[in-house]
Amino acid sequence: MYAQLVDTGAKRLKTLEEMSPEERAFQEKIDAEIKIEPKNWMPEGYRRTLIRQISQHAHSEIVGMLPEKNWLTRAPNFKRKLQLLAKIQDEGGHGLYLYSAMETLGADRDEEVAKLHSGEVKYSSIFNYPALSWADMGTIGWLVDGAAIVNQVVLQRTSYGPYSRAMIRICKEESFHQRQGYQILLHMMQNGTDEQKAMVQDSINRFWWPAMMMFGPHDSDSPNSAQSMAWKIKRMSNDDLRQRFIDQTVPQLEFLGCTAPDPELKWNETRGHYDFGEIDWTEFYDVVKGNGPCNRDRLRTRRKAIEEGTWVREAASAYAAKQKQKNAAA
Amino acid sequence: MSDWTLFEVFVRSKHGLNHKHVGSVHAADAAMALENARELYTRRSEGVSIWVVPSAAITASSPDEKEPLFDPSDDKVYRHATFYDLPKEVGHM
Repeated sequence: MYAQLVDTGAKRLKTLEEMSPEERAFQEKIDAEIKIEPKNWMPEGYRRTLIRQISQHAHSEIVGMLPEKNWLTRAPNFKRKLQLLAKIQDEGGHGLYLYSAMETLGADRDEEVAKLHSGEVKYSSIFNYPALSWADMGTIGWLVDGAAIVNQVVLQRTSYGPYSRAMIRICKEESFHQRQGYQILLHMMQNGTDEQKAMVQDSINRFWWPAMMMFGPHDSDSPNSAQSMAWKIKRMSNDDLRQRFIDQTVPQLEFLGCTAPDPELKWNETRGHYDFGEIDWTEFYDVVKGNGPCNRDRLRTRRKAIEEGTWVREAASAYAAKQKQKNAAA
Repeated sequence: MSDWTLFEVFVRSKHGLNHKHVGSVHAADAAMALENARELYTRRSEGVSIWVVPSAAITASSPDEKEPLFDPSDDKVYRHATFYDLPKEVGHM
């Protein structure tokens, strides 16, 4: 999802009998759906896994602003420009809520951002694909934010209090993103020229599979899921989340009058779900490893933003120090 | 940015209600914390007033003290109005 392949460091689940008294009390709390708060005792593995997951989630929000900023100056009219600006500002805000949640675990924000910039930690694979046309602003809002919502709605029940509260806040804001995206596409399909309609279909063709990949590997190839589920950091498996997303998305796709680039996509009456084709996992792992179309460009942009903003942060610190001195003297 | 002060943010959602904790921001000083909090926590008319307080200025009770601090009030039902049964004839009180 926005966090993929998060390592828990656990090879297998411990039974309650194998746990230390502290660990057992902790697990029993989790089992009873009691939220864990920053000052509560927690196993080191739980803390580390959460830092990995929340930082990856935060980085995804921040890097996720980059494909969209490209279209701010190219939006078709002022209304769309304002909407896109508001959406991008929200993503920045979501990153900040998540960094704050991460800091309650004792992690340092600058250190975690440095890890992103050195390539040591990841952000969601989806943001390594380019936004080539205005229709991509629609598709990203509809499919990418849509997939994120499916995941985040479930994460509102995650076991760590500050993470759960950040998710509740984010979910409230996120549905505007998806609706504005879908409306962009709908407007093009209902009022557009043939060329504009073709642009929408082309955009869906490019983003469909990468959006499916957002949910991460199959459950059978997801070695960290068992521990994350036991700790209730994760509340639903990758495959279940992906199925839920497809089931809710296909009717919206049909209403648009578009198709998915998946010949195997069809309703399965007996399962009560849509069947769909196999994801190209070679592409997924390639993008995760840093070889997607935009990986290098995204990191270069992030590093440049931090470097070029240094003087602003220094000026703010200098101003604050000066004001403090002045106030002390007065 | 980690060397900047961490501020806790409290927002009053409507006139007459209490300020409520909503999250935190980093800032070089209090004035900047207020500006950042406005951008981060009130983009959709969530508030009519904001407080920012340096996180270090907050003294919090520890989770270990939860029982000694809060359990004693659990068995004092006589502190609630509903504890006192009055005859119907008395009417609403």
